[in-house]
Amino acid sequence: MNVFDIIGPVMIGPSSSHTAGAARIGRIAGALLEEPVKSARIFLHGSFAKTYKGHGTDKALVAGIMGMKPDDERLKHSLELAKEAGISVEFLTQDIENAHPNTALIELTGISGKQVSLQGASVGGGNILVEKVNHMPVEISGQYTTLVVMHRDAPGTIAGVTNYMGSLGVNICNFRLSREQKGGTAVMTIELDSRVGPEVNEHIKQLPNIIGSVMLLPD
Amino acid sequence: MQLRYDSIEGLIQAAREAGKRISDVVLEQQALQMEEEKQAVYGRMAETFSVMEQSVSQGMREGLRSTSGLSGGSAYLMGKYAKNGGGICGPVFSGALARALAVSELNASMGRIVAAPTAGSCGVLPAAVLSIQEARGLAVDQCIMSLFTASAVGMVIAKNASLAGAQGGCQAECGAASAMAAAALVELAGGTPEMAGHAVAIALKNILGLVCDPVAGLVEIPCIKRNAAGVANAFAAAEMALAGIQSAIPADEVIIAMKRVGDAMPVALKETAEGGLAATPTGKKLYRQVFGETGGQGCGVSCRGCHS
Repeated sequence: MNVFDIIGPVMIGPSSSHTAGAARIGRIAGALLEEPVKSARIFLHGSFAKTYKGHGTDKALVAGIMGMKPDDERLKHSLELAKEAGISVEFLTQDIENAHPNTALIELTGISGKQVSLQGASVGGGNILVEKVNHMPVEISGQYTTLVVMHRDAPGTIAGVTNYMGSLGVNICNFRLSREQKGGTAVMTIELDSRVGPEVNEHIKQLPNIIGSVMLLPD
Repeated sequence: MQLRYDSIEGLIQAAREAGKRISDVVLEQQALQMEEEKQAVYGRMAETFSVMEQSVSQGMREGLRSTSGLSGGSAYLMGKYAKNGGGICGPVFSGALARALAVSELNASMGRIVAAPTAGSCGVLPAAVLSIQEARGLAVDQCIMSLFTASAVGMVIAKNASLAGAQGGCQAECGAASAMAAAALVELAGGTPEMAGHAVAIALKNILGLVCDPVAGLVEIPCIKRNAAGVANAFAAAEMALAGIQSAIPADEVIIAMKRVGDAMPVALKETAEGGLAATPTGKKLYRQVFGETGGQGCGVSCRGCHS
């Protein structure tokens, strides 16, 4: 804890959990898509479903998807901005089993047809936890430089990535692996103690069995 | 001496031993902790202070309404009243109320604010610091430094009690903000670290037990006016401490009491919008006005985060 945890964050109101946290969840979804968004379907659960209009949760999610940070003053007008950019946005309310009360499930389609789905919860004070990417369990807090690596479930793939991180002298503070099925698609989420450049992510993409890799930076 | 933010007494002692302000020892320690230059940490706080200034002036505008439509326009009225003679207690006090309302109403209208310590209580600290700055003609540097004192007080409360309405009620949000602001005011008025400690104790004692009962679960009613009450309480506590009045119960014991009171508070009064003002006939009517007939009472979910 430091002074800026007490006096901060700088954010668009009214609620750190329902507004700032929602923007952070949306921003990770947008980053994972890696291309401009064509359409977004957003499922809201629990308190998000019941109070999203009053708290601007819908605007915050769309702002995040478009790449805005929680303190971006355009956030308030994000729904209009999305419309102008030709992004179709649909909000649905849905009960998601065993989900935190402030949960959003975001399905994005990009201009090339690429699709990404993400489920994330706003867990208080603007902090978030992304719990699923493409229906696979992950753990992303967004507070660290994070690599989300899609790969084929094959021997040596994890070692290839972690040995490379080790060779750079970069410490991993959180690692999570999950897979659809044995030998199928799997995802590594790797949170790092230090910042690394985009070339690190590019190098990982070239390693054996890697399908794709996205680097997320804290806001 | 190692500063650990586990007690108000620790802050006072560290300042006394160094012969400096609380803010000076906090800035030095924070720079070490964050492995940054002192000037860089100060610079970040300076940026934060400038957001506070902007949020006051933006929130004072005529015609500002919240996203839900439930609130807005109080800061404009209060600002006009403050300029037009200053009211019963004079322009410093009415100006402080106007500033607290302004930041809090800006928050409700999706404006840009600094959570201090939370978005729900974001009006108290900027109102206190900017009002004494104007009244005394203080240098910006002093005001920025006072935010380090305020945040140190916030850290002690976070460690020993809570800063979340869902855990401790409004005493943990507007109450904590009020205590932080009281300490900043004492420092800015030239009081001693000991006086700042008494101001923290007095401010918290005065709001002990205040519940968190937001109408429709939104950070508006009664949150906005409680920000104004929070800065009024901060001034009352700071004035008493500066007059040499001491709190019979030390600040650190008050903080523990605040934690126990928060724990004993029923869940209906901790940000669930199921009790207090949220459960009044008018409170329920306003809920239906914003969210329609469905959904039952409050948000229907103990969300633990509406305005943390």
